[in-house]
This record gives sequence, structure tokens and C-alpha cells, in this order.
Amino acid sequence: MKVRIKVWRQKNADSQGAFETYETPTLNANMSFLEMLDVVNEDLSMKGQEPIAFDHDCREGICGTCSLVINGKPHGPHRKVATCQTYMRSFQDGETIVVEPFRAKPFPLIKDLVVNRKSFDQIIQAGGFISVRTGSAPDANSVPVPKINSDLAMDAAQCIGCGACVAACKNASAMLFVSAKVSHLGLLPQGQPERERRVLAMVGTMDELGFGSCTVTGSCEAVCPKDISLDFIARMNRDYGYALIKGEPHRNSAED
Amino acid sequence: MKVITRLWRSSLGRKFLMALTGIALWGFVVGHLIGNLQVFLGADKLNAYAAFLKSQPGLLWGARLGLLAMVGLHVASAISLSAQNKAARPVDYGNGLPPHASSYASRTMLMSGLIVASFILYHLLHYTLLVPAVNLSGADFAGYYQKLTDGSERHDVYRMLVIGFRHPVVAGFYLLSIALLCLHLSHGLSAMFQSLGVTRFTRLGRDRFAKIVGILIFVGYASIPAAVVLGLIGKEVVK
Ligand code: HEM
Ligand code: FES
Repeated sequence: MKVRIKVWRQKNADSQGAFETYETPTLNANMSFLEMLDVVNEDLSMKGQEPIAFDHDCREGICGTCSLVINGKPHGPHRKVATCQTYMRSFQDGETIVVEPFRAKPFPLIKDLVVNRKSFDQIIQAGGFISVRTGSAPDANSVPVPKINSDLAMDAAQCIGCGACVAACKNASAMLFVSAKVSHLGLLPQGQPERERRVLAMVGTMDELGFGSCTVTGSCEAVCPKDISLDFIARMNRDYGYALIKGEPHRNSAED
Repeated sequence: MKVITRLWRSSLGRKFLMALTGIALWGFVVGHLIGNLQVFLGADKLNAYAAFLKSQPGLLWGARLGLLAMVGLHVASAISLSAQNKAARPVDYGNGLPPHASSYASRTMLMSGLIVASFILYHLLHYTLLVPAVNLSGADFAGYYQKLTDGSERHDVYRMLVIGFRHPVVAGFYLLSIALLCLHLSHGLSAMFQSLGVTRFTRLGRDRFAKIVGILIFVGYASIPAAVVLGLIGKEVVK
């Protein structure tokens, strides 16, 4: 099969970008979308043109590095699948496929389809951690966790931090990502000591970095390669409301 | 007081404000509808109800000022958040498609809200402040009185309502605004659960609840001008 790709090309952050259209060489329908781009890039190099820059790493749907908005949807046509696990057989022979970078103010463009998602790291640094005693490993199962909590925490922990939720949201909101991280730690006993500080710090950092707010459109959930549920946003809102009303802990009162 | 600044500074805090004021406004919308539906019970019932409200100035003005504050807070948070949301995507996509899986109602909340706000202003001028210039029929609603058997008089709200809705432009704008309000609620009533951190209901259930309530409210409000225009009520007023 062959397709035509309409790709966003932009030399660097300061230059003006534009769409360029390329006819691909003959493809195997079982190639992944990224392999298709590899083939196109090989072809471009042979012709002495600049290859298309795009992000990728594990290519097995677990690292969260691949991105791309394909025909208007982050991570391409399927539900619960990342770009690296999207295959050319999901497209029509001869189809024109529009490929764009993730668009958000806190995700500044570096080149072509590559954006800088370090703002997610900044949100994690603000509160996405727990304090533990290091040294010898604790006894297994020494901390009881209710099954329902561990299940939900595991669902939230699926988040690979790819940023598709931000890319899909009409407000470029990071609420799904932040809520997954807040819930994943907040549902477990190990996450309790920092629970309130965590949610305040992570939401505060999200605001400072210039992400939008949630208007419950559901786009994020629909494009999430890990099927993170919108319910985690409600869960985070509840934690946040509680922490916000309570405010900073007093010096002379224990955190309760 | 610090809680107030913390609320307003945070995007999530403003969402809480929007949701809480949204519920309060929704409560008014439902109460107002139930009151207004008394028009189908005839002039006496409706005018007595209106006279009762007028006889409680404390309650009436408390509610009016409270509602005004609610609308003010709701609109202020909506505008402030929408500006933040717009700024979060300075370069838009070039694919020409609406955001994936988002509903029409969810994408147009600011617009439907602003049109409803302009309708609220008009509606207040029309039926609360009784400004003759906006009713398009030139009638002086303030001069409509119903004579009671004991010789006293009270404001003839029933007559005002019938004459008011007989103008097609007035009835049309009213219907359009109610439709937009219900579109707003069909998303807003579902969104509100999430904003306030209620995890008890599924998204499907919340959406269905919001749609059904939206439709019921539309049918309720629309039935009044529809009945006037179709001549089902108010014939005695215009004979
Ligand atoms: C009687 C009038 C109104 C009622 C009953 C009402 C009700 C609601 C409700 C229940 C919500 C959901 C709150 C949430 O997101 O958690 C909402 C959201 C919203 N309202 Fe209103 N509203 C009214 C008027 C307005 C007006 C005048 C505006 C004008 C700007 C407006 C703009 C918005 C916006 C932008 C949202 C957020 C949408 C979202 O989160 O998806 N509303 N409204
Ligand atoms: S490249 Fe690792 S998730 Fe796609």
C-alpha cells in the first residue's frame, strides 16, 4: 500500500512552520505508523532532504515517548493504543493522513513533530513522590492495602505520561494526567503523609505552567492509550477541595 | 478570607465556584418554572402567587440579590477560565476537526451561557422592570390590574404574560434562549458532579440525567409561550 502524508514541518521553535505533503514509498500494511515514518525518512534522506523529526523510544506502548496527532486524534484512530502500536492496515490505501505535533503552550515545539514535554516532569517534581525509608527492602505485604484501592491505584498508575490528554483537550488541560498521578499515590497507604500537600502542589504547578482547566468534554479519556478514566479527575477534585479549604497545616497542630 | 483568595487563584477553585453557583442557578430555574406553570391554572392562581411573592420583600430581595451575585460569580469564573483555556493553546491544529469525542454542548458552554445572560437582562427589563420599550407591543404592563371581588386590585401578571408572548419576536427569542439554557444544562449538570468531586455516579448516568433534566426544563418553559401563541390560554384576555 501507499499513502500520502500531510506533515507539519518546522525547522525550530523560532521559525515559521507549514504542512508539507509526501507520497510514501510502497509500504507493508503491517508496518507500524512509526515504521512508515522511518521508511519515508529513508526516502527523504536518499533524496538529500531533511528527515521528519518525531519522538519515539520503546515502540511497545509503555514509555510514553511517541506522540503525534493523526487525522485530528492524538495517537491515531484506535482507542487505548499509542502511536507506536498503530499499524498501517488501519488506514486506506491512497489515503491522505494529516500528522501534527501535540499543541499546547506548556509543550513548546522543538522541531517538526517533536515537542518538549518537560512541564510534565515539573508537575511530578512538585508532588508526584512519596517519602520512604531507604535501605533493606521491607517485608512483603507488611502494609495492608484494600483490594479495591489497589485495583484503582493500579488503573491510575497505568498512565505513561505521554501528554495525549493535553493534546486532545480543547483547553490543553493536563487534568487527566495530574489526576492519575495524584490518585495513584493518594489511594495507597504509602501516599498518605503527603496527600494534601501533593494535590495542592501538583495542581498549583499545573496552573503556573499554563495548562488550561477541565470542562469535562471527555476528549482526554477517549484518546488515552492507557484508558485512564475521567473519574480520577473527580477524585482529585475532591481531595483538592478538602485540602484547599483546610489550607496550610499549622505549625502547632499535627496533620490530621 | 484566605480561602476565598485561594479559591479564586486556582483554576480548580474557580471550577468549584462555577459548579456551586451553577447548582444554585439551576435550583432557581426549577423553582421559577414550577411557579410559572401556574399560568395553566388561570389568572387568579398566577396573580395570587405573584402577589404573595411581592408581599415578602425581605425574601424577594434576598433571593434577587443572591441570584445576581450567583450569576456574577458564575460568569466571572467562566470568562476567567475560558481566557486561561484559550491561552493554553496559542497555535491551533490545522486538521479542521472538532476536538475528538467532545459534544456540541460541551464546546459551546461559554457562548450558550453568554446568550442566556443577555436573555436574562432582557427578561428582567421585560417582566420585572416592565420597561415598555422592550415588549414590542407598546403596552404598559405596569398598568395591568386585576380587580378583586373585595374591591382591591393586584398586578395582572397573567394578562402581562399573555400579551407579552403574543409578539412572535419576543416568543422566538424566549424559545431560543430556553433552548440554549437547556443545551447549557445538558452538559453543565453532568460536568458539575465531576467538578465537585462526586465519584458516586457513572459518566453515562450523569450525562443521561443532565439530558433528561435539560429536556424536561425546555418542555416546561416552552409550553408557556407555545400555549399563548396557539391560543390555548389567555383567550379571555385578548378577545
Ligand atoms: C440560569 C443560568 C445558568 C445556569 C442554570 C447555569 C448552570 C451551569 C452549570 C450547572 C454548570 C456546570 C458547572 C461545572 O462545570 O461544574 C455550568 C457551567 C458553565 N457555565 Fe453556566 N449556567 C447559567 C448561566 C451561565 C452564563 C450566563 C454563562 C456565561 C458566561 C455561563 C457559562 C458557563 C461556563 C463557561 C461553564 C463551564 C462549562 C464546563 O465546565 O464545561 N453559564 N453552568
Ligand atoms: S514509543 Fe514508547 S509508548 Fe510509543
